[in-house]
Amino acid sequence: MNFLRKVAAVAWKDLRAEWRTREVFSAMFVFALLIIIIFNFALELRAENARVLVPGILWVAFTFSGMLGLNRSFIQEKDRGSLEGLLLCPVDRSAIYLGKMLANSALMALVAVFILPVSFVLFNLSFGALPMIVVVTALGTVGFAGVGTLFSAMAVNTRAREVMLPLLLFPVAVPLIIAAVKLTAGIMDGLPAAELARWWQLLIGFDAIFFTLSFMTFDYVIEE
Amino acid sequence: MIQVRGLTKAFGPKKVLRGIDLDVAPGEFLTLVGPNGAGKTTFLRILATLSRATGGDALIGGVSIAEHPAQVRRNIGLVSHRTLLYDDLTAVENLQFYGRMYDVPNLNARIDEVLHQVDLYFRRHDPVRTYSRGMQQRLSIARAILHDPQVMLMDEPYTGLDVQATAMLRTVLQGLAASGRTVIMTTHDLELGLEVADRVAILSGGKIGFQAPAKGLSIHDFRRIYAEQVAG
Repeated sequence: MNFLRKVAAVAWKDLRAEWRTREVFSAMFVFALLIIIIFNFALELRAENARVLVPGILWVAFTFSGMLGLNRSFIQEKDRGSLEGLLLCPVDRSAIYLGKMLANSALMALVAVFILPVSFVLFNLSFGALPMIVVVTALGTVGFAGVGTLFSAMAVNTRAREVMLPLLLFPVAVPLIIAAVKLTAGIMDGLPAAELARWWQLLIGFDAIFFTLSFMTFDYVIEE
Repeated sequence: MIQVRGLTKAFGPKKVLRGIDLDVAPGEFLTLVGPNGAGKTTFLRILATLSRATGGDALIGGVSIAEHPAQVRRNIGLVSHRTLLYDDLTAVENLQFYGRMYDVPNLNARIDEVLHQVDLYFRRHDPVRTYSRGMQQRLSIARAILHDPQVMLMDEPYTGLDVQATAMLRTVLQGLAASGRTVIMTTHDLELGLEVADRVAILSGGKIGFQAPAKGLSIHDFRRIYAEQVAG
């Protein structure tokens, strides 16, 4: 219980500070929106090819905009010196990881809340598929933020830290992104659940494995 | 309260601390001075468990910083030239966050108490970014004493402060000393360091080259000894 209170305190602090400035969220949202709009014009999407391309476009928007938020997560702490204050606290370091990961997931999820309906309207997709796509987005967001938070902590102590995070994160997140794209496409196409089972397993398995690994290794990553 | 034995720290081939031995009694205020690059900040970071020593150990309140860092953290407060505060949060929100992380009992009452102590109660609901540098540093002290630590580590807390803010911070520091806390403060200001301390020490070349009680040591003698130590 005490551990969860610390987790909540870290997440509350990050979200409260973000609520004041809306700095990171605005950047993430505008970036995601621009990706959707640029792809829409560049590919001249029609109803017949939209279903093939939209899942990939959506996940490019989610992951690239998510990268902006993940990058700022520890860089802000490092630049203003508050990372030391955080590390001075007599708490299990995994509570810091979990709090940060929840805040990052919440920001990514909030971007998705706005981007998904816009995309459905822009690409003229059926809203019937939306509930299941929300589930895929939630699982994909948690997985991406989970491993991204760990790599963000790792990258913050490197020289080219803003460049380093995507270089570290994307190769590891490839299975998650593929599973999320395949599931989104399958749900849009109305494929039966049995055909999508292995992608669900991959997505949930990735979340479970990388969340556990990140949780266990964060202590070593954040140390000097 | 603090026992340091054979503490060394190297960054690759560069040895910054070359075997520090130091004892600080409970309630004692030690000022540590030294030239840039002498290892003052590294030394305090190791005591604060933010950095690992290459060799040796230190006990704070009888607890080893190498073996039980989390337990040590509960017993120390760190003030540095960086405030460790969140600019976009108010003073109260900053202290609420740190209070929750340290499990401070009766948190709201304690926050009011420390804000009164550093004379910032009237600005408690303003974001920290609207504070002057001196006010931020006072809030940083409030953050550091919020969980009532027995040991205060202060790394050049006067950096960037104007005369008025320095005078106010000096009053706060004297209050800390009077409260019976053990304090180690690093500074470049020999006169100020001598004035507030019970004992002064000079760190030069990665070692404690000189230490003596502050009482009876004139600023003239202290400057002379400092110059000799730094020269070498």
